Amino acid sequence: MTNASRPLPRPTPETQHFWDGTKHGELRLQRCNECDHIYFPPRPFCPACSSRAVEVFKASGRGRLLSYVINYRPHPAWQGPYAIAIVELNEGPRMMSNIVGCDQTPEALQLDMPLTVKFEQFSEEIFLPLFMPTGSV
Amino acid sequence: MSSVAIVGAAETTELGVIPHMSQLQLHADAALNTLADAGLTAADIDGVATAGESPTAIAHYLGITPKWVDGTQVGGCSFMIHVRHAVAAIQQGMCETVLITHGESGRSGIGRGGFRGGGSDSLAGQFEAPYGVVGPPTMFTLPVLRYMKQYGMSHEQLAMVAVVQREWASRNPRASFRELITVDDVLNSRMIAYPFHLLECCLVTDGGGALILVSGERAADFPRKPVFVIGTGESVETPMISQMEDLTSSRAFRVAGAEAMKAAGIGHDDVQHMMIYDAFAHLPIYGLEDLGFCERGEAASFIWEGHTRPGGRLPLNTNGGGLSYMHSGMYGMYALQESVRQLRGVAPAQVEGAEISLCLGVGGMFGASGCVVMSNIGP
Repeated sequence: MTNASRPLPRPTPETQHFWDGTKHGELRLQRCNECDHIYFPPRPFCPACSSRAVEVFKASGRGRLLSYVINYRPHPAWQGPYAIAIVELNEGPRMMSNIVGCDQTPEALQLDMPLTVKFEQFSEEIFLPLFMPTGSV
Repeated sequence: MSSVAIVGAAETTELGVIPHMSQLQLHADAALNTLADAGLTAADIDGVATAGESPTAIAHYLGITPKWVDGTQVGGCSFMIHVRHAVAAIQQGMCETVLITHGESGRSGIGRGGFRGGGSDSLAGQFEAPYGVVGPPTMFTLPVLRYMKQYGMSHEQLAMVAVVQREWASRNPRASFRELITVDDVLNSRMIAYPFHLLECCLVTDGGGALILVSGERAADFPRKPVFVIGTGESVETPMISQMEDLTSSRAFRVAGAEAMKAAGIGHDDVQHMMIYDAFAHLPIYGLEDLGFCERGEAASFIWEGHTRPGGRLPLNTNGGGLSYMHSGMYGMYALQESVRQLRGVAPAQVEGAEISLCLGVGGMFGASGCVVMSNIGP
């Protein structure tokens, strides 16, 4: 366990499947069985057509770097500047995350670079989905 | 006035002890049942009112693009007041189909994030806070690298927004910062959240403001030159910056701006003075494009070429804006004040002959928008 001073999520009944997924090494998204819309963040109905007929599925865990900032202001969980990113998943939805396994610089963080999810444990219950450049170890 | 009717009504599927639903989902469950009761889907809704959660959170969660919202939150009677506002809004043609929601995990206390959604069980608490966001400088700024890549905007062009607004501020004795600056000054100022430097972020200052409105028939009874509200618009998009539909454009700006201009019956060429809430340097760029004053990707060049500076054809943020004039946290009041000063003809950096001013506000981080078009010419 690292970075204990990050504010960690407290799952709700509608998001529990997502956080159960990250614990089991799965990035879980939801799909509407009526209109096929794939969406995030979790909710037990489709935000495109209001249907409650939705299912949870395991996503590829792949995406691309859509945008980011490199924060220079202090945060108790980080030492030095760190990137806060928006990742667009291959399935379509976007999520905020951090990019790990590479320098936190504009040179290293190229928009549209392919990313792969990496689950890191921050508490007994919480594994956060972070992303690393695809192909890096 | 035409009458207004209630055509859908329902409660949550369960009542009593519901520990398997968050407060947000209780709103949604009631809303989905009510939509079904009326034979509608979220796509049919164009107005949202709620209390206990923000209308932004409710609209985004349900997938609604409203052009009218009411977050009036005054306790248990808030929903009666929402009904009253909704009747007025529908009669005025501001929207056609209003959804009013309530949900409260009063017993189980699940997901009671609060109005600003700050709890660790709110969606933002679960899906943004863990990644190190620390206030607006790390959230409001997030879309901009994508805009820069998509449209080729340079760091220098972004910096120019601050340079031009300082030029306006230099003419305003009440502005916090009045010394002229250059693009190099901006780019050499301290990095806050790449690509944003200190001078591309708003001030943090103290202040206040207020307005008084009366019916147009009474306007002539007061000592100051009246400023008429000739069009308004509003919308919300998402409480989470990471969930913006398009990182290069604000949906709330587009909806609120178009609604206000349509209600005012004006075209772009009719606007002689403009205010765009500038918490950060990219906001005027997004605002100019989302309201159609510039084509997509062209607002940075428009500002670079001097069209918004003193003497330009579209004077913008003439008090110096949030970047140089003041920014107390909720700057919108100050933007309205400057529009009123300009239309009264008493602004420190007066735009000669300005008759129509458009004032575009933002709420949250591209979460919400309100737009007001004003004129000093009576109806």
